[in-house]
Amino acid sequence: MSKLSTKHLLGIKYLQKEDINLIFETADHFKQVINRPIKKVPSLRDITIANLFFENSTRTKLSFELAEKRLSADVINFASSSSSVTKGETLIDTVNNILSMKVDMVVMRHPNPGAAYFLSQHVDAKIINAGDGAHEHPTQALLDGYSMREKYKDLTGKNIIIVGDITHSRVALSNIFCLQKMGVNVKVCGPLTLIPKYINSLGVEVISNLKEALEWCDIAMMLRIQLERQDTKFFPSIREYTQQYGLNKELLDSLSKKITIMHPGPINRGVEITSDVADSNQSIILNQVENGVAIRMAVLYLLAGRVD
Amino acid sequence: MQSSDRIILDPKQFELTIKRLSHQLIENYGDFKDTVIIGLQPRGYFLAERIHQELMKINAKLDIKLGSLDITFYRDDFRRQETPIIPNKTEINFIIEDKKVILIDDVLFTGRTIRSGLDAMLAFGRPKTVELLVLINRRYKRHLPIQADYIGKNVHSIVSERVKVNWKNIDKEDKVILYTPE
Repeated sequence: MSKLSTKHLLGIKYLQKEDINLIFETADHFKQVINRPIKKVPSLRDITIANLFFENSTRTKLSFELAEKRLSADVINFASSSSSVTKGETLIDTVNNILSMKVDMVVMRHPNPGAAYFLSQHVDAKIINAGDGAHEHPTQALLDGYSMREKYKDLTGKNIIIVGDITHSRVALSNIFCLQKMGVNVKVCGPLTLIPKYINSLGVEVISNLKEALEWCDIAMMLRIQLERQDTKFFPSIREYTQQYGLNKELLDSLSKKITIMHPGPINRGVEITSDVADSNQSIILNQVENGVAIRMAVLYLLAGRVD
Repeated sequence: MQSSDRIILDPKQFELTIKRLSHQLIENYGDFKDTVIIGLQPRGYFLAERIHQELMKINAKLDIKLGSLDITFYRDDFRRQETPIIPNKTEINFIIEDKKVILIDDVLFTGRTIRSGLDAMLAFGRPKTVELLVLINRRYKRHLPIQADYIGKNVHSIVSERVKVNWKNIDKEDKVILYTPE
């Protein structure tokens, strides 16, 4: 297979297992490219990409921009805080205005779930979802899966636990889809108020005790508490959350095996994970960031399509 | 093999050609100081490997670095095909800055692959000189002003014909055929 089965990257839900493998294999080549003395290739030199960020982002935005530049695409950036969106323009109007400047691909982050899908139905450009509300964040899940594959080569039968605010996390949902398609066992852990009611319908089990969850897993993915998406109190205090679900060195060292620690960022040091764990040799957090560029290059390359 | 196929090099001629090309390189490069060989993926690398082996056979003391270069991301026809082109592996574990490079491909036809190869190579440094070695040179159909410095055999062919280079390690036999695809 040498072609993705989808025209856009809206979510992992819409990808086949073969698509994920193709993206990983292509990313292997781009990872090699970004470690060369000259890190740029001319593949997308006739493509213009708009990065539309209707929500704050550091890593994803920089990573996409770097990936686009390493592929020689022309890039325009847009942040909603400094735009006409604050003057009442609708999403379609904003995007159509940008597209009339002859843009071929759109990378979009938006606070509303389904925004990327909505856009793909209404505008004529390739859409890449860079996070839509609490729904999906496909490139993050792909780079997480890629980082695991890099660490373990063969992931069959490996156990992954996702710990934290599952309800408000798009990273969790995309990762669940991605890991299940890759044939990996995935379970979640966290306060029951932060676990979606229908999580079992995804075939995902819940372990409420952190120690028990860590003993089960080979890889633990720690998530941040998304306070900005919480309109009511889901747990008594941050301090109590940390006591129950925070990962510290003592807990990590008490486990019967060496597990791998991941975190999609941004990290709240001292809340879900302590500094000594985040910076330990069991953590692959910075590898995740490096792989993010290679994965995004692969996605852009594979979606770029034909010149009309 | 079909009746319309024409053998350009049979196994014996193939072997002699590899030997001749290797001796030509020795004539020009002597002890191969600061010289590297780079084969273009996928099939140019087979020729590069074979030439490298032959050079070592002639003079076991030679220390010549061999690399493979994939040109996929540098092609000028990307986005002009139905599906994205899937890349091959690039393995150049040395720096080519200020080195004399012998670039190797199996067939030279339009010259576009070589153009992409030159671009791709520059990502590994600025070579001192680059020479091109090909097994088969299809004449008269160049799209770009690119010529080879070392040629196994010149072939006169029409555009609709194809040249296929077979290698004994993957295709059972060393030979070159000219054929017309259906």
